[in-house]
Amino acid sequence: MSRLSGIFWSLLFLAVPVLGVATFAVAPAYDIWLPKDVSEHGPAIDGLFMFILVLTGVVFIVTEMLLFWFIWKYDASQVKGPATYIHGSHVLEVVWTIIPAATLLFLAIYQMNTWADVKMRRPAMAPTVEVVARQFEWRLRYPGRDGVLGTRDDLFLTNDLHVPVDEDVLIQLKSMDVLHSFFLPNLRIKQDAVPGMKIPVWFKAKETGQFDIVCAELCGWGHYKMKGRITVESRADFDRWLEETYARQEATQPAPEDVAASAAE
Amino acid sequence: MSTATTSSLSHGTATSLPPARKPRPVAEFLSTYVFSKDHKVIGLQFLFSTLLWFLIGGLLALAVRWQVAWPWSDVPVLGKLFAQQGGQMAPEFYTMLFTMHASVMIFLVIIPILAGAFGNFLIPLMIGADDMAFPTLNMLSYWFMWPAFACFGASFFVEGGAASGGWTSYPTLSTNPASSPSSGMGQTLWLLGLTFVGVSSMLGSVNYMTTIILMRAPGMTMFRLPMTIWGMFITAILQAFALPVLTAAGFMQLADRMFGTGFFSPEGNVVNNAIAGAGGGQPLLWQHLFWFYSHPAVYIMILPAMGMVSDILTVFARKPLFGYRPMVYSVAGIAGLGFIVWGHHMFMSGMNPALGITFMVSTMMIALPSAVKTFNWLGTLWGGKIEFTTSMLFALSFVSMFIIGGLSGIFMAATPVDIFIHDTYFIVAHFHYVLFAGTAMGVWAAIYFWFPKMFGRTMNEFWGKAHFFLTFIFLNGTFFTMHILGAVGFPRRLADAYHYETFHHLQPLNAFMTWCAIGMVSCQIIFAINFFWSMFFGPVAGRNPWNANTLEWTAPSPPGHGNFDFQPVVYRGPYEYSVPGVEKDHLMQTDPPNAAAAAAAAASH
Repeated sequence: MSRLSGIFWSLLFLAVPVLGVATFAVAPAYDIWLPKDVSEHGPAIDGLFMFILVLTGVVFIVTEMLLFWFIWKYDASQVKGPATYIHGSHVLEVVWTIIPAATLLFLAIYQMNTWADVKMRRPAMAPTVEVVARQFEWRLRYPGRDGVLGTRDDLFLTNDLHVPVDEDVLIQLKSMDVLHSFFLPNLRIKQDAVPGMKIPVWFKAKETGQFDIVCAELCGWGHYKMKGRITVESRADFDRWLEETYARQEATQPAPEDVAASAAE
Repeated sequence: MSTATTSSLSHGTATSLPPARKPRPVAEFLSTYVFSKDHKVIGLQFLFSTLLWFLIGGLLALAVRWQVAWPWSDVPVLGKLFAQQGGQMAPEFYTMLFTMHASVMIFLVIIPILAGAFGNFLIPLMIGADDMAFPTLNMLSYWFMWPAFACFGASFFVEGGAASGGWTSYPTLSTNPASSPSSGMGQTLWLLGLTFVGVSSMLGSVNYMTTIILMRAPGMTMFRLPMTIWGMFITAILQAFALPVLTAAGFMQLADRMFGTGFFSPEGNVVNNAIAGAGGGQPLLWQHLFWFYSHPAVYIMILPAMGMVSDILTVFARKPLFGYRPMVYSVAGIAGLGFIVWGHHMFMSGMNPALGITFMVSTMMIALPSAVKTFNWLGTLWGGKIEFTTSMLFALSFVSMFIIGGLSGIFMAATPVDIFIHDTYFIVAHFHYVLFAGTAMGVWAAIYFWFPKMFGRTMNEFWGKAHFFLTFIFLNGTFFTMHILGAVGFPRRLADAYHYETFHHLQPLNAFMTWCAIGMVSCQIIFAINFFWSMFFGPVAGRNPWNANTLEWTAPSPPGHGNFDFQPVVYRGPYEYSVPGVEKDHLMQTDPPNAAAAAAAAASH
């Protein structure tokens, strides 16, 4: 009975590494994994994630298996005689301090460049668009025909962000009221929008498509619905879209399709 | 019947009679059971109060999980509160739920149960003192929790509801009443409640530091202290240095909200089409001040549990602790490093990105002492003779689960990865593994272990193991897949994430997790029944039901005023189990010196 219970508890602890690894192994098959990435710096981030996953995965498996093994083997009902009387081992302490320290230090240095690329090495260019976060929408402001942001001919719209593909994009991020966070899952971009600050965000998208903009900092009751869409398109399509949207903004009469749309609502 | 600060040698002398007194029942009752200055009574007061708030915090979590699994569905029981919305939870109610779940768990459960309940009960007993250095201050530290309970409790019923700006309470959401319904009275009460908790903690930490430094029994050198005491001692130092910053920040936020100051509000802030205020301040200032405390706070929320787990493992493996001094240095290292990592909560905040490099390095390094501790726990088990008591099972699971929680921290320490996983469920997974699967399991280990000393009876082992098994299964079902959700980028604090293309397929997994959470909270009823039933009807325990070595097990179960019926004198460290040449399989700290044992101890160092 006593050995049976020892076996039972050991197997429970064995389930931890087994099911833990199984969960990570099976999840991608259900599309529950890192979402599609279309950015230039994304592979560096995803690569670092995977590297850490493998490293911590190995440590996880080894330590949890040791825990299982010791519980299985040193069950009191299985041990003849007393426990081993030992207070420690200087050699082991040195080994298992130096090796993790070196690994962690290596990991720290290895990733500094990627961080600098995404957050410190801003491209020298004029902003593509200004994004002002507000309860509960993303206000966008594109430079108009004069190419300068902040003049009378700027283009104003909400939630419908367009950027050209294969070009550096520089966003000026602000907030009107409370903290928000500009999160583009498919571009591996996240930056808090802070009232009173103007924060640059840059990236280069490598594929066209439509993706989510999610607010990632609690901003009030509407935090969950502060949804935008980012459209990555060719330079030609982007320019055409800008022209059309600008024309619509400047028109003194509503366009026929807009009248029909309003009537239908 | 004195509240003893005198030496216990003066008790029970046969030649003196206590002076005759007129009976004063109400005053007696109040000073014995209500405003007691006996550390054991105060410890139990903390224990009962925090366990009650644990239940409340758990129910708040279930409401959160309900919404995440089935957004906008008719909520059972609570749905009657939302009759106008057809039983649906309102989005602002949801933001309140996760805010108060975290606030209650952190400030009214974990911190007070570790320091207030176990610190209080165990410190004098384990160091051989008859009570704390400052018994009156000790009594006050408990009673200062009651205004905190009142503030947090009342906040649920005020206009706008309880605080809902996150437990992190970032401005300007929390400072500007126009930004959210609860940023009125609810937030103010939250700040006041927090201040009272802070006062209680400060009173406690001063007491613990003084007691441990000055009131150890003869022979109890610092390096013969059990790891429980080292954990409590270093935690007390952490509290003393970190807490004043939070208190100051809290006053600054109160001032911003009530006196029109602008510590945290920038100029030109417009909320809800209303000009916010004078401005001139910085939202990031709050974040720095808040996290300067709240990062050490997370170590406050685990170091005592690590100490208790270390002690429990040695008792039920019948082996000395592996690497006692490295373990002590690691606890000190975690605490020290804990003061220079706070910026890792702010990598995406807009602070100077160069700080993303410095804080990343210090955060990576803090993984090291935790790793050393884990290896030493494994070393303690190696070559042991393990008894699977309920307490031991919880202690073993602490090690197993802490490995997960600790390793997941490395992902978020890596700043480029944090760009993606910050404010996602990956973070939620990490802190629930260290705080619930870690600390809470450690707390249960401690309850089952020290229950006989507290109440003179043992808890039921069969139901204890049933409680352990069910909790272990359900907690992993609830929290492990949060790592995967985080890998998808599933954000925190969203009342409904499924209308985003990226997250629309994740509802079934979240429903599974909620079922596990419901199971996890429900099976705590087994613990509650066992706890209360055993207090009155459990098998009577002797002084030392576990054959452990530390000083509390030489006292009666439960100990009377003054704790010990003889003056404890300490001859050795706390981990002399299975000593060769000694007939008993353990040598208590107070057992007289033994030549064979001394020779064996010297040989094994």
